[in-house]
Amino acid sequence: MDLLTDRQGSVARAGDGRAIVAGRRSVAGSVSQRACTFCGSRVVLYPIADALHLVHGPVGCAGYTWDIRGALSSGPQLHRLSFSTDMREQEVIRGGEKSLAHALRVLIGRHRPACAFVYATCIVGVIGDDVGAVCRTIEAETGIPVIPVASEGFKGTKKDGYAAACGALLDLMGRPGAGGPTIPKSVNIVGDFNVAGESWLIRSYLERMGIEVVACLTGDGRVDDIQRAPRAALNLVQCAGSMTRLAKAMRDRWNIPFEQVSFIGLEDTAAALYKAAELVGDADTLARTRELVRSEMAAVKPELARLRTDLEGRRAALYVGGAFKAFSLVRALRQLGMRTVMAGTQTGGGDDYEHLKSLVDPDTIIADDTNPLELAAFLQSERVDLFIGGVKERPIAYKLGIGFCDHNHERKIGLAGFAGMVSFAREVHATVTSPVWSLMPRQRVAP
Amino acid sequence: MLDQTPATITERSALKVNPAKTCQPVGAMYAALGVHGCLPHSHGSQGCCAYHRSHLTRHFKEPVMASTSSFTEGSSVFGGMANLQQAFQTMFALYDPEIVAVHTTCLSETIGDDIPTIIAKSRDEGKIPEGKVVVHANTPSYVGSHVTGFSSMVAGFVKYLAASTGTRSNAVNLVPGWVEPADMVELKRYTAAFALPTIMLPDTSSVLDAPATGTHAFYPKGGTTIAQIRAMGDARHTLALGAWASTAAAEQLRKQCQVPFEVLDLPIGLAATDRFVSALASLSGTAVPQAIEDERGRLVDVINDMHQYLAGKSVAIWGDQDQVIALTEFCRDMDMKPVHVMTGGHGQAFEERVKALLADSVPDANIRQQGDLMLMHQWIKNRPVDVMIGTTYGKFISRAEDTPLVRFGWPILDRVGHSYFASVGYTGGLRLATQLITAIQERQDRDAPDHALELVM
Ligand code: SF4
Ligand code: SF4
Repeated sequence: MDLLTDRQGSVARAGDGRAIVAGRRSVAGSVSQRACTFCGSRVVLYPIADALHLVHGPVGCAGYTWDIRGALSSGPQLHRLSFSTDMREQEVIRGGEKSLAHALRVLIGRHRPACAFVYATCIVGVIGDDVGAVCRTIEAETGIPVIPVASEGFKGTKKDGYAAACGALLDLMGRPGAGGPTIPKSVNIVGDFNVAGESWLIRSYLERMGIEVVACLTGDGRVDDIQRAPRAALNLVQCAGSMTRLAKAMRDRWNIPFEQVSFIGLEDTAAALYKAAELVGDADTLARTRELVRSEMAAVKPELARLRTDLEGRRAALYVGGAFKAFSLVRALRQLGMRTVMAGTQTGGGDDYEHLKSLVDPDTIIADDTNPLELAAFLQSERVDLFIGGVKERPIAYKLGIGFCDHNHERKIGLAGFAGMVSFAREVHATVTSPVWSLMPRQRVAP
Repeated sequence: MLDQTPATITERSALKVNPAKTCQPVGAMYAALGVHGCLPHSHGSQGCCAYHRSHLTRHFKEPVMASTSSFTEGSSVFGGMANLQQAFQTMFALYDPEIVAVHTTCLSETIGDDIPTIIAKSRDEGKIPEGKVVVHANTPSYVGSHVTGFSSMVAGFVKYLAASTGTRSNAVNLVPGWVEPADMVELKRYTAAFALPTIMLPDTSSVLDAPATGTHAFYPKGGTTIAQIRAMGDARHTLALGAWASTAAAEQLRKQCQVPFEVLDLPIGLAATDRFVSALASLSGTAVPQAIEDERGRLVDVINDMHQYLAGKSVAIWGDQDQVIALTEFCRDMDMKPVHVMTGGHGQAFEERVKALLADSVPDANIRQQGDLMLMHQWIKNRPVDVMIGTTYGKFISRAEDTPLVRFGWPILDRVGHSYFASVGYTGGLRLATQLITAIQERQDRDAPDHALELVM
């Protein structure tokens, strides 16, 4: 297909020797699949269930992010409500600081949250409200941390939103009373958001190995736990794109080493657990880890083998948020006998794409920040059987008669860990072998 | 744990908890999708556009195409002219739309970008190819709601395109209001039944209910064509359904092309459909076709048959102004009691209209414009209802208060069917009535002690 000239640097094939120019903004006028800074911040902080999340801006930004993420909480559900300062023309003209202060007072008084996050949306950045000052005032009044999140959408991409969220988390951790002596044999899970209960699963593995999980950042998150996070002996960084920055800052500040891991797929999960055991555990931890990996693997392998017989040789395409998820998925798909023929991300960096190329088979298409036309063309030209993506991509795949698996925050089934690999395989199997494909015309480009 | 709403209602200003509306641009986007070969364009940061597309996709389970100006920090200071110009080049080069419908966002409105000037400049500089159409609407979300954006965008199409040639045609313009694709199909069936040549704007049928074909049509086959919109200027009459969603376009047609218009309620329910049908009859000068009379008869028949289940049942209704007004009248006519009636949108006229509708049957009803679902929940806590009609966002209230919810309106994120089965017209009324009756009967079954469980109802 013809690519827009501007897009040529953003698409390559593994083995063609061309580097991807990443981290750029979408070309103005393109039907971008990307979201904004605010979205990035919201995604990272949202799972903190005992915090108040107030969106300062017009009502829309808050409405669209109301309970759209399956980040589960075992306790409070405050994060599942939608709070907006509902900015009107008056505030746009005269400034919204007053109404922000009012909203915070009312909400903190009513819900008694452990802390409050105030998200600034685009318009707040333009009218120039001093959100920081309002937060300080309310913090002094109420005695809870009130933290501004500078997430104005135009300030950058989703990645910049992750950075703003990491800043907010660091702010929490740096409060008086937070931190303390290092807890032996302990870790933080960094960058898991407990979608469909995944943090619970990972936590249970670690606990069975004899490792204490001090905090999960931010899945099923609690403000207290986050404030204890500086006491962990190691940060296990799962969603590297969003959270490496935080891990680096924690290393610099509290000397906590970090390790990039992934809990997607059997190999990666086992590697992650061994790494944790090796870095903070002792001989006993290692023995327990071996036992855990052995028994979990044994439990899932027969089922995976059964599903694999139908999936062998099928072709997959993926378009996901971060690069690390793409790496894991390529490996997980290979475990199912499937070949990745296209891989793209919203937020990957140049080095990420080089690594991705080294993982996939030669000729695989690699794309940064793609758009629906490109996607549809790739899905057809590469004769794809399975597409892994998010909410905006699902109907495109279905229209083309291609199986789909949601690996984004709207999914309902946990895909992490050993058990998650089976769920993933079942989901992939169900969609790829769905009888519905035989009911619809499937117009593929001839090989 | 999900229920965190205090029962005591206190005055709140400048704070929405669980909003009952979305923002203008998403409405503009929905309207623009109802024009054939049209690419909606969001002039602002890319986040808004991504959210609007995702939300439409969640509701319709369909791909939604729209482009964005992808504002940067620089555009927020210097204005978005460069972005929009670049966007035109990109769009026409890559997606080849016949028409681009630009809507603004909070950001570009606040910065104060002058869209008509940018369009004119882009045309002069050849950034908009010859023969391609660009229209726009201003849609600041800090005013109004998604309905305002919808209404402004429809009026925008008229403003840019409708023209009178001096010869009146036999056609009638129909502005359908904010309804589902299936409703659009049904409305066309009605006008066809009266043999009225009709131009409907917008028309999202065969766009947001596209069949699975094995291909992805970037521009699906449905939608009002540019030629049709132009021809609206010559029509002899405009029927605008729903005052909030459709008056602006009808008014624009009158101003611009002297097409007389009348505004009717959305034809949801018996009485509102009667008024729609009699308008069609008088426009066509023909009697109501027997087939439609029969459909009316069936609806009345079912309401009669099931009266004992409906009578006196209290109902809470929220959603868009036009829809809520029609639903309130329908429920009242079925002998139900709409005790809480709310819109997230604006308009004193909404409160007055609903008050008038309920003056005799529920004089003490709670009625509110610009409400939110926290308020609705508080009302329900203080005066429980038998059934609720509203969007998916009522799901939390439904759980907390153990009250059935019949899903209606925008958005519905957790069920399907709304886009495929009409709610307008008599048959649509039949569907709504059966949904309500089923909800009530299922609740009765669930709550019945063994000895009182009825086999025949
Ligand atoms: S900034 Fe305005 S247009 Fe964008 S999502 Fe928020 S309310 Fe809607
Ligand atoms: S206004 Fe800004 S912050 Fe809000 S959704 Fe749009 S891009 Fe994101």
